[in-house]
Amino acid sequence: MERTLTLLSFGAEGWGDEIAAGVLVTVSLALATLPLGLAAGFMIALAKQSEERSLRLAANVYTTIFRGLPELLTLFLVFYGVQLGVQRVVALFSPGTSIEINAFVAGMVALGVVFSSYASEVFLSAFRAIPRGQYEGGYAIGLSNWQTMRLVVLPQLVRIALPGLSNLWLILLKDTALVSVIGLSDIIRQAGIAARVTKEAFLFFGIACVLYLVLAIISSIAFGAIERWTGRSEPAR
Amino acid sequence: MSDTAGRIIGAIERPPPPPRRWTGQRIAGHALMALWVVMGVGLVAFLVGAWDAELFARYAPNYMSGLVVTVQLVLISIFLGALLSAPIAYARMSSNRLLAWPAYAYVYFFRGTPLLAQTFLIYYGLGSFRPQLEAVGLWTFFREAWYCAVLAFTLNTAAYQAEILRGAVRSIPRGQWEGAASLGLHTFQTLRKIILPQALIVALRPYGNEIILMIKGSAIVAIITVYDLMGETRRAYSRTFDFQTYIWAAVIYLAIVETLRNIIDWIERRITRHLKR
Amino acid sequence: MRISSRVSLALSAAALALTIGAAQAQEKIRIGTEGAYPPFNNLTADGQLEGFDIDIANALCEEMQVECEFVTQDWDGIIPALQANRFDAIIASMSITDERMKQVDFTNKYYNTPPAIVALKDTDIAGVTAEDLAGKSIGVQGSTTHANYSEATYTDSDVRLYPTADEYKLDLINGRIDAANDDITVLEEWLATDEGACCKIVGTITPVDEIHGLGAGIAIRKGEDELREKFNAAIDAIRANGKYKEINDKYFSFDAYGG
Repeated sequence: MERTLTLLSFGAEGWGDEIAAGVLVTVSLALATLPLGLAAGFMIALAKQSEERSLRLAANVYTTIFRGLPELLTLFLVFYGVQLGVQRVVALFSPGTSIEINAFVAGMVALGVVFSSYASEVFLSAFRAIPRGQYEGGYAIGLSNWQTMRLVVLPQLVRIALPGLSNLWLILLKDTALVSVIGLSDIIRQAGIAARVTKEAFLFFGIACVLYLVLAIISSIAFGAIERWTGRSEPAR
Repeated sequence: MSDTAGRIIGAIERPPPPPRRWTGQRIAGHALMALWVVMGVGLVAFLVGAWDAELFARYAPNYMSGLVVTVQLVLISIFLGALLSAPIAYARMSSNRLLAWPAYAYVYFFRGTPLLAQTFLIYYGLGSFRPQLEAVGLWTFFREAWYCAVLAFTLNTAAYQAEILRGAVRSIPRGQWEGAASLGLHTFQTLRKIILPQALIVALRPYGNEIILMIKGSAIVAIITVYDLMGETRRAYSRTFDFQTYIWAAVIYLAIVETLRNIIDWIERRITRHLKR
Repeated sequence: MRISSRVSLALSAAALALTIGAAQAQEKIRIGTEGAYPPFNNLTADGQLEGFDIDIANALCEEMQVECEFVTQDWDGIIPALQANRFDAIIASMSITDERMKQVDFTNKYYNTPPAIVALKDTDIAGVTAEDLAGKSIGVQGSTTHANYSEATYTDSDVRLYPTADEYKLDLINGRIDAANDDITVLEEWLATDEGACCKIVGTITPVDEIHGLGAGIAIRKGEDELREKFNAAIDAIRANGKYKEINDKYFSFDAYGG
């Protein structure tokens, strides 16, 4: 027991500070990915319900690819492939310049791409749940396309899409674990190093699991609050 | 409709089609499609240009054996998970708290933590309890990485499948239960003859998605020395540093997932024919 | 503190999305290492790197009068990461092999020690030939010369590839594998610790030049001859001025540089 406490302490002997840093990396990666994934997912949903066939097709190709590839493979493709590609393109224009995509950015892009392809489906079904009359009503009182979207459609869309998005957020939190494989010091990686060095594998991987559960619980509470907040304008029944 | 009839009606009633203008959307759509086509052609050109018969001869068998490992792992886990999910779903829906709470905790744990962490926990975590496991005769099981992988994946998918099952059974209206009860069927008969046939239609798509998620999720298994398709890919890459190793893996995974998706679509169309109006 | 600085680095990089820099200024050299290969390079409980590779790297940098910055990177991605400019040199006990020379350039060796086979003390494995190990499971770190050797030689054995050396040690203690193959210094270092008490060296393997290469060198990107020559000069210098011996004696009871 005492040994366990020492192992988890925050000093030089313990792994508490390393694991806390891992939590920080996991959370900041997930938070950094979220806006990227949401924005891209929204754009793709718009493209998917466009009247233009080529735009729909382009969006569908995107989601087919990134929902079909294992997240880990997407991560490697971005981490090594995009790096090599960018390097080659940059070398064409200005030899000697180097562009570095670090593990954090690679993770953000890869997870964002995957998140956006799932989020586009959530947004799309939310769009479909909003009756045409809402748009027509907006136009009828003289709102522009953009105003209708912002003032009439979006507030309802957010409410409808929220449960689906909260689900995707939880998946995103778990998927961040994959970045440990490309060397980012997230919860899993720090726990893994601690487990290897101390040989207390069960303790540290158990703690890693508990930390993910805690993050999931905090997220659920936060989403509950957001749902209540967006739901306040819903007509009372 | 016959050709001439169509032409006559068209000639009489249809106004001239409005010219298809190059709206912003249309330009964007064509530009993006062009980008995809360029990337697709570029990819094919890259693979053709990088074609190396020696490389192929050396690593293609590895990819095949990796693929077999992936498929076996997913099939076995999904099957065992399905068996395990039924009692869990039952307990989860039970009004008895002693049943419902542990089932809820189980589902929450396995759905709330990464598969990667679960796999590590089972392989290395339980591995450190060798004396205890030996005492109860389970060590021969936990000694093998393959069994640990199957166990981790089974426990994980059982949690997801239990939720799918629960959601599907819940989606059947109360009236179906009441109707069966009024006919004098007992619970098990009702479940088997009335509820499950309807619930499985609802559950088909989520089940299909779960299989796809497992195929994709299984890509992590190489970290515990089970070399699946992804593991063989990483091994090939780490020896050749040739990026096409990853491209080939991507092509294989996409082909599997797309095929599976189309099969599920087809099955769904078949079994819902009677519901079409 | 190393880790927190890495976090803030990652965050600032995320804000910028891309860090664009001109060709590396020569005052600072970024060195990639693994951090899971004691006694050559490993992490301590407070996240610091230590080991023979690290000390040698610091000595070389001091000799070259440049500032060194260490970057940890998983082994199987360490060469791509060098090529992708994540760091400028790999000092991580990397053997100089033909296969790797197609991708990167190497300096002269800075040490050379033979590989060996380790097994539990009560093992019935008598030697290191393919017959001795037939039917046994052998743990080895993936993407290493030892993995290549084991896969090529022990064709009747079950060769299992692990991401790091620590993991096959864990599984050897647990009895999941019968033997492991790695560099003798790595294995001996481990045998000297409490947990290494489980095991013993079964025998050393005569290195095969085509597989094991010519000792461990410093890997750099192809064509950076100037950097390579600087490293070579620095290696010669610390060999000559006793700095190498000082570091060597801290870790080993023999000269790791080899013949």
